[in-house]
Amino acid sequence: MKNRKKSLANWGNSFLFLGPTTIFFAITVLIPFVYGVYLTLNKMDTPTDPMVFSGLLNYVNAVQDTQFWSSLWLTIKFVIATVFLVNLVGFGLAYLVTSGIKIQNSMRTAYFTPNLIGGLLLGYIWQFVFVQTLPAFGEKFGIEWLKLGWLGDPHMSFWALVLVTIWQTSGYMMIIFIAGLISIPKDLIEAATIDGAGPFRRLVSVTLPLMVPSFVVTIFLSLKNAFMVYDLNFSLTKGGPYNSTEMVSMHVVNKAFVQANYGTGQAEAIILFIIVAVVTGIQVYSSKKMEVEA
Amino acid sequence: MSTRRIVTSTFAYVISIIAFVAFIFPFFLLIINSFKSNGEILSSPFSMPTHWSFAHFVDVIEKMNFLVTFKNTFVITTISTLLIVFFSSMTAYHLVRKPTRYNKIFFTILVASMVIPFQSLMIPLIYIYGAKLQLIDSMPIPLLIIFYIGFGSALSIFIFHGFIKSIPVEIEEAARIDGCNTLQTFFIIVLPMLKPITVTIAILNVLWIWNDYLLPSLILNTEDVYTMPVQMKVFNGTYMNNWELLIPAIFLTVLPILIMYIIGQKSIINGVMQGSIK
Repeated sequence: MKNRKKSLANWGNSFLFLGPTTIFFAITVLIPFVYGVYLTLNKMDTPTDPMVFSGLLNYVNAVQDTQFWSSLWLTIKFVIATVFLVNLVGFGLAYLVTSGIKIQNSMRTAYFTPNLIGGLLLGYIWQFVFVQTLPAFGEKFGIEWLKLGWLGDPHMSFWALVLVTIWQTSGYMMIIFIAGLISIPKDLIEAATIDGAGPFRRLVSVTLPLMVPSFVVTIFLSLKNAFMVYDLNFSLTKGGPYNSTEMVSMHVVNKAFVQANYGTGQAEAIILFIIVAVVTGIQVYSSKKMEVEA
Repeated sequence: MSTRRIVTSTFAYVISIIAFVAFIFPFFLLIINSFKSNGEILSSPFSMPTHWSFAHFVDVIEKMNFLVTFKNTFVITTISTLLIVFFSSMTAYHLVRKPTRYNKIFFTILVASMVIPFQSLMIPLIYIYGAKLQLIDSMPIPLLIIFYIGFGSALSIFIFHGFIKSIPVEIEEAARIDGCNTLQTFFIIVLPMLKPITVTIAILNVLWIWNDYLLPSLILNTEDVYTMPVQMKVFNGTYMNNWELLIPAIFLTVLPILIMYIIGQKSIINGVMQGSIK
């Protein structure tokens, strides 16, 4: 009797503590995810169409969609460029603002500012910078490469996206690197100095190996952000000129909602999920193995 | 040695100032150009306005339906964040203190779900809650809040989980001996100890929800329920290249969050730092 009462109380507690989260999570993530996989097996152009079972037809369409593959390829180039540069700049900034200069706290605050604002608004702000101010600046001082509008050229607008992404996210990575840098024991750095290691040697042989846990987080975040970039892509270049900067997230949105092809759009979204899951999985697994103890 | 140190620190100063300019100049351009007319913006985008005119702000506040949009964004962000913090802390507590097999699986699923791109959920979301259940038309704002709780839970529980693990269980045992049940133990003893990490989680969620664009753009279809990013997108479509209206509109949209940052910069930066340490 007492045991039964206790197990009833346990059930009650589990229900109370886990219940709400489980319900919201199921409504928003679990059910739509499972249902989304089921959707790809049906032919459906708009949400009001009746569903007709069509096997793997949507995946065949996705594989044959050349626009999808070119947007995916562009996204991979974007991922490589931004993951590398965002981490490099982020680490550089963190190193700079932990070097003991007097203005370091105000600098941290300033470098972090772009993270407060969403990609959509940042895209509009930079559109003004690229369209109106940089060409005017180039005109005034005779700088040739600033005179051309960056967003009118397919090659340059890709790099405009990369540049704004670095500007937007490196401050966030900087904060994570600062947390890592200040937790490195001072005596290790001193010991290396006494052993005759110069600043560069200390950075490569002492600091960087101890920063691996921070890099696991920052690389994971920048990978995920880069694969899923949409807002900035949408507001800064709108995929243009001539679809040349349309990345995969934007392609999926356009496929489903603009071209009214829900089934194929969803199949492409599932392919994107698999790629992101595999890449981030490999990244977290392999970099965990590189961690060293201080 | 000391001359070398002076050279290094001068170098650090120069680089930080250059970076400072690079990070701040777009905001600076935004502010000074908010007060100019089209002609002045095009002819001299870098100079200070010849006279500071607030006319365009007044115009934009009316055209953007600013007060209503601000209220919508504020309500959605606050309610979602409060509920995320409330439910996630309870769930994380339970998962840490009762590590049964089912709970471990549940936690793994939550963590794994963080790599699901929003793009692979949005089509089924529209399908289920729009076409089938018609909830997008009948209750867009409550539905959006439900989605934010669903999407925000995983990361918040993950961060709470890491923090609660470091709290010694003895304090709770003492409370239990004094006659507290599980609910009382959580709300009276544990929740107050979670305050620092709760601030972190609240900040991360506020920044995300306030600025989110794609999800609300799919759910909010009428102007009376728009949030600020959605309104800004519509405004940008209507006044394409009309910079004397667009720039003050962008400025007004980023202003609330910039004010928040100026007031709470220290806790925001510390919060993000705390959130990154597992």
